[in-house]
Amino acid sequence: MTALFYIAAAVAVIATVLVVTRRNLVHALLYLVISLFAVAVVFYTLGAPFVAALEVIVYAGAIMMLFVFAVMLLNLHADSPRAVPRIAWLGPVILIAVLLAEVIYALTVETQPLAGAEVGPQAVSEALYGPYVLGVELASMLLLAALIGARHVAARASDEEEAAASMERGRASALQPAEQVATAGTPAAAEQGEA
Amino acid sequence: MASVSLDHALVLAAILFAVGFAGLLTRRNLIVVLACIEIMLNAAGLAFVAAGARWGQADGQVMFLFVLAMAAAEVAVGLAIAIRFRQSLKSLDVDDADRMRG
Amino acid sequence: MLSLLWLIPTLPAAGFVLLVLLDRRLGRAGAAWIGAGSVGLSAVVALLVCGSFIASPPAGDAYRQVLWTWMDVAGFAPAIGFYLDAVSVVWVLVITCVGFLIHLYSTEHMEHDEGFTRFFIYMNLFVASMLVLVLADNLLLLYLGWEGVGLCSYLLISFWQRDPQNVYSGRKAFIVTRVGDTALIAGLFLLFTQLGTLDIQPLLHAAEETWASGSLVAVAAALLILGGAVGKSAQVPLQTWLPDAMAGPSPVSALIHAATMVTAGVYLIARTNILFDLAPDARLIVAIVGTATLLIAGFSALVQHDLKRALAYSTISQIGYMFLALGVADWEAGVFHFMTHAFFKALLFLGAGVIIEALADEHDIFKMGGLRRELPAVFWTFTIGAAALAALPFVTNGFYSKDLIIAASLGSVDGSVWLYVGSLVGAFLTALYSFRLVWLVFFGHRRTEVTRRPRWRQLVPLWVLAVFSIVAGFVWMPVWLGGFNALQKLLDTALPEVEWSASLGHFAESAGAALITIAVVLGGIGISYLLWMPWRQGTHALAASPAVRPLAAFWLGGWGFDWLYERIFVRPVKWFAHWARHDLVDYVVGGIAWLNVAGWRTLSAGQTGRLRAYVAVAGFGLVLVLAVVVLR
Repeated sequence: MTALFYIAAAVAVIATVLVVTRRNLVHALLYLVISLFAVAVVFYTLGAPFVAALEVIVYAGAIMMLFVFAVMLLNLHADSPRAVPRIAWLGPVILIAVLLAEVIYALTVETQPLAGAEVGPQAVSEALYGPYVLGVELASMLLLAALIGARHVAARASDEEEAAASMERGRASALQPAEQVATAGTPAAAEQGEA
Repeated sequence: MASVSLDHALVLAAILFAVGFAGLLTRRNLIVVLACIEIMLNAAGLAFVAAGARWGQADGQVMFLFVLAMAAAEVAVGLAIAIRFRQSLKSLDVDDADRMRG
Repeated sequence: MLSLLWLIPTLPAAGFVLLVLLDRRLGRAGAAWIGAGSVGLSAVVALLVCGSFIASPPAGDAYRQVLWTWMDVAGFAPAIGFYLDAVSVVWVLVITCVGFLIHLYSTEHMEHDEGFTRFFIYMNLFVASMLVLVLADNLLLLYLGWEGVGLCSYLLISFWQRDPQNVYSGRKAFIVTRVGDTALIAGLFLLFTQLGTLDIQPLLHAAEETWASGSLVAVAAALLILGGAVGKSAQVPLQTWLPDAMAGPSPVSALIHAATMVTAGVYLIARTNILFDLAPDARLIVAIVGTATLLIAGFSALVQHDLKRALAYSTISQIGYMFLALGVADWEAGVFHFMTHAFFKALLFLGAGVIIEALADEHDIFKMGGLRRELPAVFWTFTIGAAALAALPFVTNGFYSKDLIIAASLGSVDGSVWLYVGSLVGAFLTALYSFRLVWLVFFGHRRTEVTRRPRWRQLVPLWVLAVFSIVAGFVWMPVWLGGFNALQKLLDTALPEVEWSASLGHFAESAGAALITIAVVLGGIGISYLLWMPWRQGTHALAASPAVRPLAAFWLGGWGFDWLYERIFVRPVKWFAHWARHDLVDYVVGGIAWLNVAGWRTLSAGQTGRLRAYVAVAGFGLVLVLAVVVLR
C-alpha cells in the first residue's frame, strides 16, 4: 500500500505539472483528468474508498466533463493548434498504464489501507446526515444557485451572440457576392476543422 | 507508519497546491486558470481526507464532499463567465480583461 | 525768536503735505510757489532764529525745544525735540539757504519735466527730513531724519523712473547706504543698552562719565556710528553708490549729493565727538578712512569723462577731507569745510546742470568745449566754483577751509606725516582735476551746439553761490592773515578746539606751512593747464598708451570697488534669488501634494486590472503570513 501511495502520488504530481504546462488546452484538461484519477487512488490507499469513488465520479467525471463539453461545444479552443503529433500519446499512455496497474494491484492484492482503519461509506453517510446535515442542505442550495446563475450568465451570452449573428447576416446580404463568400469562409472553415 | 504516511499525504497536497497556484499565476488562458483552481481545490480536499484518515474519522471525507460540491458550483458559473468573456473580449486571454486598471 | 525753531523743519514738511494733497490741481506755477516757497520761508525763519542765536546766545550756548513726547515705553521716552547749537546753526543755514537757491533753480531747470510737482514733493520731504536730522535732540529722531533722507535720495535718484538704469542707480544707493544704516542702528542699540538714553546731550555726558577712554564699548559704539556715517557720506568702502547717483536730475545732485545728505555723516560724527574722543582708535580710523577716500576718489575724478561723475568723485574726495579733519580731532575745521564745500559744490552741480541742458543732455566733457563765449555767466561761476574746489589761494573759501585741514593733519596731536602727505597729494589732485574740467568744457573748439540758455531763475542762484564761494571763507582767517575767526568763536561754544602737537603744531599753523599748500595748489592748476590746453593731444596720447591705459581704466572704474562688490555680493544674492524664485514655502506645500500624487501613482500602478497580478499579490501575502506563522 505504501508503494501504491507513492507511485500514485508521483503520477498525480507529474500529471498536474503537465496540466499547467501544456499549450494545447484540451491536452491540459485531459491531463487534469489523469491527475484526478491518481488522487482517487491516493484516497483509496488512505482508507477512504467512498471519496475515492466520488472523486472519480464527480470530479473527474462530472466537473471535468463539464470543462471538456464547454470547451468543445462553444469552440473555446479555437485558437489551439489542431494537429496532434504521435509523440503526444506517449505521456498519457505511460501515466494511465501506471495507474491502471496500481488500481488492479490495489483491488486484488492489498487489503489493509495505510492509515490502519478504513472509513467506509457507512461511516461517512452517518456523519453526513448526522452532525453535518445543515452543511448538506447548504451545499444543495449552493448548487441550485450556481445552476441558475450559470444558466443566466450563459443565456445572455447566447442571446447576444444571436443578436450579433443576425446583424452579421443583415450586413452580409448587403455585400457583394465575392465579399460574402470571404466573410462566410472563415467561421465555416473553423467549424469544419474541429469536427 | 501511519503518521509517516499522513505527513507524506500532506506533502503531496502541498505540492499539488503549489503546482496549481503556479499555473494560476503563469497561464493566460482562462480555461486553464479555472482548471488550476480546480487543482488547488482538489489538493485542499486531499489534505482534509488525509487528516481524517489519520484520526480514523469520517469528518475529513465529509469536508471533502463539501469542497467537491463547491467546486462543481464554481466550475459551472466560471465556465458561463468564460463564455461571456470570450464573447465580449474575443479572446480567452486573462490579461485582456484589464478595464479595471488605474 | 528762538521759539520759532520748530517752524524750520515744519515749513518744508507742510509744503510736502500740501503738494501731495493738491497734486492734480496745481499747475507748474502753484507747485513752484509752494515747493520753493516753503523752503524759502524756512530759510527766512532760519536766518531769524540763527541770527538771534548768534547775536544773543542762550544759556549754555544751546537751545532746546521739545514739541511732544514721541513714545513712552518701559522708561524709554524720546521726544520730538529740537536742539540748536553752533553746529546745528551752520547746518540749518546751509540746508535752508542753499536749499532755497537750488529749489529756485529747479523751478526753471525742471520746467519741461512732466514730473514737476512730484519733484518738489520729494525735494520738500527731503529738506524737512534733513532739517529734522540736524535739529534732532535725540538719536532716534535723528535716525528718523536719516532714514527720510535716504528714502528721498532713492526717490530722487530714480526720478526719471521710466529708464530702468536710473532705478538701478537709486536701488544701489539705497542698498549700499542701508549697510551703513544697519551699523548705525546697531550702534544706537548699543548706546541705549549701555547708557540708558538716546537723548544726545545726556548720552554724551553719561558716556564721558562712565566709559573709560579706549574701552571696548566706546570703540564699538564709535565704529558703528562711523559705519553709518561712511554709508551715508559715501566714504570707502561704501562709496560706490554716489557716482551712479548722478542719474538723478542736477538739482538733486547739487542738494542731496553735494551739499547736504552726504554730509549727514560728517554731522553725526561732529555731533557725537565726545564718543570719538573716548575712542581714539576709532577716531584714527576716521582719519585713515578720510585720507584713503580722498586719494582714491581724487585719482578717479582725474580720468572721468562724464561731467557729473567727475563732480561726484570730487564730492567723495572733499568729504574725505572732512573726515580727515574729524579724525584728527579738528572738529571745527571739518564743519568749516562742510560749509565752504556746500557752496562751491552746489554751484558746480548747478552749473553742470545748465551746461548739460544747454547741450541737449550731453554729459561727456570731451564733446563739450568752447562754451566760454556761449555761456559766459556759467563760465565765470563755474570757474569760481572750480577754483574754490581747488582751493585757489586767498580768494576762494575753499582755500581757507582746506588749508586748515591740511595744517591739522600735520600739526594736531593725532596728526601724522602720512596724513599730511596724503592731504597734500589730494590737494594737488583736486586742483588738477577741477581745472581739467574748466579747460575741457569752456576752452578749445566748440564741439556741440548750445540749444538752450539759462534764464534768471537759474542764473541768480549761480551768482549767489559764486559770491559765497568767495566770501564765505573770510569768516575764519588764519592767524598769519589777521586771524578774523568769527566762525571759530561760534563753533567753540559747541565743539572742542583742536589740540596742536608740541613739535609740529606751531609750524603747521604758520604761514610757512600754508605756503607749501599754496605751492601745491598753484602747481596743480598750472600743470592742469599745460596738460589740457596746449598739450592736449599729448595728454590724450599718453592716456591711450598701453602703459597708462590700464591704470586710467582702473581709476575710471573707481579702483575696482564696483567690480569687487559685484562679484562678492551682488552675484551670489542674484543667484540665490533666482534659485529661490519659485517660492520655497510653496515647495513644501506643493511637496505635500506631490507626495500624495506620487503615492497615488504608485498605488494605481499596482492596479493593473489583471487577474494574475492580483493573485500573485495575494499569494505573496499568503507566503508572508505563513512565514510569520511557521517561523515564530
